[in-house]
Amino acid sequence: MITSKDVDHISWLASIKLGEDELEQFVAQFNSILEYFHELDGVDTEGVEPTYRVVDLANIFRDDSVKASLSQEAALKNAPKREEGYFKSPRIV
Amino acid sequence: MDDVIIGLEVHVQLNRLSSKLFCGCSTDYHNDPPNSHTCPVCLGLPGSLPVINRKAVEFSIRVGLALNCRIEQQTMFYRKNYYYPDLPKGFQISQYDFPLATGGHIMIKGEDGERNIRITRAHMEEDPGRLVHAGTIDRAKYTMVDYNRCGMPLLEVVTEPDLRSPKEARAFLDKLRTILEYLDVFDGSLEGSMRVDSNISLAGGDRAEVKNISSFKGVEKALSYEITRQRNLRRRNIRVVQETRHFDELRNVTVSIRSKEEAHDYRYFPEMDLVPIRVADWVPNVQASLPELPDARRDRFREQYGISDDHAKSLTSEIKVADFYEQVASRTDPRLAAVWIADVLKGELNYRSLGIDRFSPDHMVEIVSMLASQEITEDGAVILLRTLLDRKIPSLVDTEKPGATKAGGQLSVRVCDLVGSLGLARAGDQAVRAAVRDAVAECASAVSDYRSGNERAINFVVGVVMKKTRGRASPAEAHRMVQEEIEKGS
Repeated sequence: MITSKDVDHISWLASIKLGEDELEQFVAQFNSILEYFHELDGVDTEGVEPTYRVVDLANIFRDDSVKASLSQEAALKNAPKREEGYFKSPRIV
Repeated sequence: MDDVIIGLEVHVQLNRLSSKLFCGCSTDYHNDPPNSHTCPVCLGLPGSLPVINRKAVEFSIRVGLALNCRIEQQTMFYRKNYYYPDLPKGFQISQYDFPLATGGHIMIKGEDGERNIRITRAHMEEDPGRLVHAGTIDRAKYTMVDYNRCGMPLLEVVTEPDLRSPKEARAFLDKLRTILEYLDVFDGSLEGSMRVDSNISLAGGDRAEVKNISSFKGVEKALSYEITRQRNLRRRNIRVVQETRHFDELRNVTVSIRSKEEAHDYRYFPEMDLVPIRVADWVPNVQASLPELPDARRDRFREQYGISDDHAKSLTSEIKVADFYEQVASRTDPRLAAVWIADVLKGELNYRSLGIDRFSPDHMVEIVSMLASQEITEDGAVILLRTLLDRKIPSLVDTEKPGATKAGGQLSVRVCDLVGSLGLARAGDQAVRAAVRDAVAECASAVSDYRSGNERAINFVVGVVMKKTRGRASPAEAHRMVQEEIEKGS
């Protein structure tokens, strides 16, 4: 069971501030999502190897060759704040 | 310092690659404006997909093997989640429970003799962006972010807590750097190419993690500061708090980063945009392509050229110096060359903050050969080295070769011509003997002091000989000849 304490912790990790109402709202949503995933518990996995992937693909590489980058202007296009070519972020730590 | 326990996590940029780890952005960003080497992949824009650089994997295997690690059958990537402006995606693509290389070791020069330092693992990850703080980290008003570095191929090398002093930590890093440069995967002269986190504790106490040490000197300073801090706490019976501290390079102190801010809750989960890597079958080929590594080269130098262990070590600690030495040693007296390169040239270069590529091996061959054949004195050789190093570059481009390159210009200066123009040719026996005769005749009182038992009085006479020959006599030989001359006359 997800509690409001869990949601509070997760919101802190993600640096997203939640109000008291939102907190309760997310507790309910998190729990209903988890509940839905619990349906998987009903499947019999006896004798099935655990896996991360459904496709057995490995070793996809690219060569070490340089491709054109975005211009500085294009890179900063969506930045809410910028200064001298840098993304500007709130003070951290 | 038997009670000090240090383990290191060293982040090494594989900066000899041309492109980043998961995208085609160039790694050559050091002189370019911020945010001019990015693309949707390394900016973490929605819908972009990472594809790993084959050569980065090969370089990492190369390092793993050189550190005597095992290369795992299968390796894969994870998302390490933390929210910080240096990561545009909100997670770093890293490795977790299937790192590429595990269980290695290297030998370092320890406090007392050679020590074996165990390597826990080496894993691949992407470099985060670079943060520029307005002021120091704990006082800045805001932070500016440059993502040029973001996505640079990094290898994190983790040691066991086997290091016993800041000096040993430094020795480990020096050795690691040497190995990486021999492997041609790394250029340590580039800013931020090697960054160190360390875990440090006193026996029986809790450990503190010191992050963000970005220079070799900084490592020794940060660790020494931290040891003193922990000892002072212990003296006052205060427990060391297990925490992360930041090294402030300007003030030379470590400062606590409040523990709540430091989220060690990374919620690793598999990076589904990248498929597993199974490259154990590359190992034989990579192994075969490994160059001779520093320790092996040191042993060979000792045996092949008959030089001392100290000289062999000094000459092999940088691959460029080792290559330079071999170019010189094959064409002149290898023992004399070892002494002059390891003990003299390296010092003169250090003093000027120059690299060995600033000096021509041809010139070194000439100087060593002239020393060997006694055409110049040791003092003369030092003057030659300094003159060649201090000549301004434009004057090196000789008029006879218009458009000659820097190195070409330097080469067109011949040492034998310099010996002539600076008057450094060693004085012939006749000339020295004449100077000795004159000096003994002129210094009657010093000579009589010497005869009455004051042995040091002879140095004055030798000094006069050196002055008369303008330093072109060998002091030892002048000494011997003065002695003979005085004894002849008595």
